[in-house]
This record gives sequence, C-alpha cells and structure tokens, in this order.
Amino acid sequence: MAANVGTVAELVGSSEQLILPEWIDLQKKAGSLNTGRITENELVSQSREFLHLLRDGLAKGGSDASNPAYGPAKQLLADVSRSRALQGFSPSETATFVFSLKQPLFNTLNRNSTLSPAQAAELTWSVTLLLDELGLFTLEVFQKSREEVIVRQQREIAELSTPVVKLWDGILALPLIGTLDSQRTQVVMENLLQTIVDSEAAIAIIDITGVPTVDTLTAQHLLKTVAAARLMGADCIVSGIRPQIAQTMVHLGVELNVVSKATLADALAVALERTGRAVTKQKRQAASEQTKTPAEKGQ
Amino acid sequence: MTTPKIERLDIRSSDDVVRVRQLARTLALGAGLSLVDQTKIITAASELARNTLDYGGGGFVVAELVEASGRRGLRLTFEDKGPGIPDIDAALKDGFTTGKGMGLGLGGARRLSNEFSIHSKPGEGTKVVIARWK
Repeated sequence: MAANVGTVAELVGSSEQLILPEWIDLQKKAGSLNTGRITENELVSQSREFLHLLRDGLAKGGSDASNPAYGPAKQLLADVSRSRALQGFSPSETATFVFSLKQPLFNTLNRNSTLSPAQAAELTWSVTLLLDELGLFTLEVFQKSREEVIVRQQREIAELSTPVVKLWDGILALPLIGTLDSQRTQVVMENLLQTIVDSEAAIAIIDITGVPTVDTLTAQHLLKTVAAARLMGADCIVSGIRPQIAQTMVHLGVELNVVSKATLADALAVALERTGRAVTKQKRQAASEQTKTPAEKGQ
Repeated sequence: MTTPKIERLDIRSSDDVVRVRQLARTLALGAGLSLVDQTKIITAASELARNTLDYGGGGFVVAELVEASGRRGLRLTFEDKGPGIPDIDAALKDGFTTGKGMGLGLGGARRLSNEFSIHSKPGEGTKVVIARWK
C-alpha cells in the first residue's frame, strides 16, 4: 500500500495550511504552552519542520517508521524530546507533540473526496501505526535523556560529597556523608590516600557523623580505608560514632580496631596531642584588668 | 492481631538496598520505635537485603507494621529463589562467609532483632523473617 501512503504525503503537502493551525491549536489545548517553557514561535517552527520531514518520510519511506527515509524526522523528534526532557516536561506532555497530529491528519483524509471510505479507513490505520511508532520513539528518547541526567547527577554526587579537609599541619579530616556504597567508597579512598601523599599527613580523622547506617559492608569499607592509610604511614581516627550506631555495631559484632572518638573535636584534640601540640586557653586576666582600669578610674 | 500497613519491595540492585533501608526507616518511625531500635532494625534490614541480593541473586522484601497485645512493631520478610543455604548453623556463625564480606551479617541481623527465623532449602531459596517490637 506504499502508493497509497504516498497519497497521504501529497495531502500533507497540499493541505499544510489546514493541518498546521489545527495541530498547533490541539497542542495548545493540551497545555503545551501553559508552563511557559517554550514560546509559541518555537512550537510553530518545530511543528512546521516536523510536518515537512514527515511528508518527506511518507513520500519515500512508506508507512514503515524504521525506514531510513524517516531518519531526519526522527532526528528532529529526538532533539525536541531531549530538550523537553531537560526543560522538565512530563512524558505525556512530550508525547502529545506527536500524538496530537493524528486528529488533523485524519480530518484531512476524511475531507478528501477522491478517497473511498474504505481507502480512507485503510490510510487512517497506516498513519495511526506510523504515528504510534514515532510517539514511542519520542518517549524512548525522553526516557534516555532523563536517565542521562540521573547518571550525571550520580557522578556529581560521588565526586562532590567527599572532600578531604586539612585541619592542621599533618592532620586531615574526611567528613563522610550519606551511604557508603562501594563505588563512592572507592572515590573516598582515592581522595584520602592522594591527599595524605600531597600533604604528608600523619593523622587522618574519618568523621562518620553524616552516615545514617553503619552495617557490615560500610564497616568493612571503613576498615579497608584505614588499613590503606596505615600502609601510607598515616594513622586514622574514626569520629562521630553516635550512641545508636555504637550499640548497633556492638550487636552486629563489628570490631573497629581503630582509635575512635565521639566527636570530631575530641579526635582533633587527640591528633594534636599526638603531633606534639596542645591547645591552651589564653590567659585573659591581665588583658581584662587593663580594659577595666580606665572605667574604674573614671568613677 | 491487625496489620495496618504492608509494603513490598523488589531487591534487584544495590540501589534497592538503599530503598529497603529507607522503607525500614519510614515504617520503624511509624511503629514508634526508639532511635536505637530504629537503627538496629534498619541495619539488620540492610544486612539481609544485601544477602538477598548478593547470595540469593535478588528477591523481595515484605515490610509490615504489626500489632500484638498492645505492642507495635515492624516485621520484615526477605525471600529469594537463590541457591539456598546448605548449613544454616554454619551460616549463622560469626566470621562465616562464602563471599567477600565479613561474615557477620546474618548472625548480626539475628542479634539486632527481637524475632528471627530462617528457612532455607538448597536449590529452592531462602526466607528470613525478622521483627523488632517497641
């Protein structure tokens, strides 16, 4: 029936002036412009371009959407779909772009008096199948773009959330936040070991205040990180073990053979002591007497 | 005994283990468990979910809020159709593992729960039920 589908191509070409306004009208009714994320001009030019490409596809490729003749039309759909996915359109809003073209096309077929009802019905069916396939293609691209966004965000989270902080000369802190699945632990470990080399640190404090659950896998990763740091010549102190985590770890039977402290401050104090430093309170008495004296004298 | 809330979650990837923990946390809050008890059941859930994934080849968990004689609690049932455990007593011993872990997960989960039962048949799969009461 490829010759008949060719008729559709001719019709699309000759009644573009009827199809395009009707189609755009339907898209507006479906709310494509409501969110203000694309302008009417953009919508019109996207629609017109797709209609042209669809006509070319129909003329050369018949009703089979996998025919290479539909390549440009699909390319446009992919671009539209991708940009809409990034702009935050919903899947149905995106798919409406293709599916809303059905009605104007069917109306055009029905208006044409040279086609018998049987022919019109047959063509309507092939056009339905074609547009369904293109619609599904749109959704697939949409889905893929969203997944790309998610993967990118995961990578960003993995990289951003593991800073190694220098607290003092030779003392590093690694504040861990969130879950420690194996992929992130790898990044954490590399960051820590590299910073130990770069800053010639003797002590690394691993703070787990921000880790909600410490199970055996997390503990194992923690212990491996500590062991690796030890091989590099740095001692580790684990801090920020909350009471409920401590109880859980005891029941679990996990033994952390590392120095551990309740808070980061305690851990820093230990680290300073080990590196031969001490924090003392400044003697303020002399200073405060000096500031008081003029006022007292004034009285 | 009434069961006001039941939720089921598939365990197919390590992301699902995170989801199981979140589900356990939400329901533990709903059951009114103390912070320590919450942490215990969440940790036990994490261990068992990972066992389901790593050794059972994936499965599912059913989490339910339960009530018996005025006490509320959280019950979790982990099921898989994996190879099963030939020797359960050995598997419960600390330090026993057929994988790369620490061998503390199963025994630890038992110590972290008020109720613990395990059924496993080689070749048919494993079912572990734990509960924590307020």
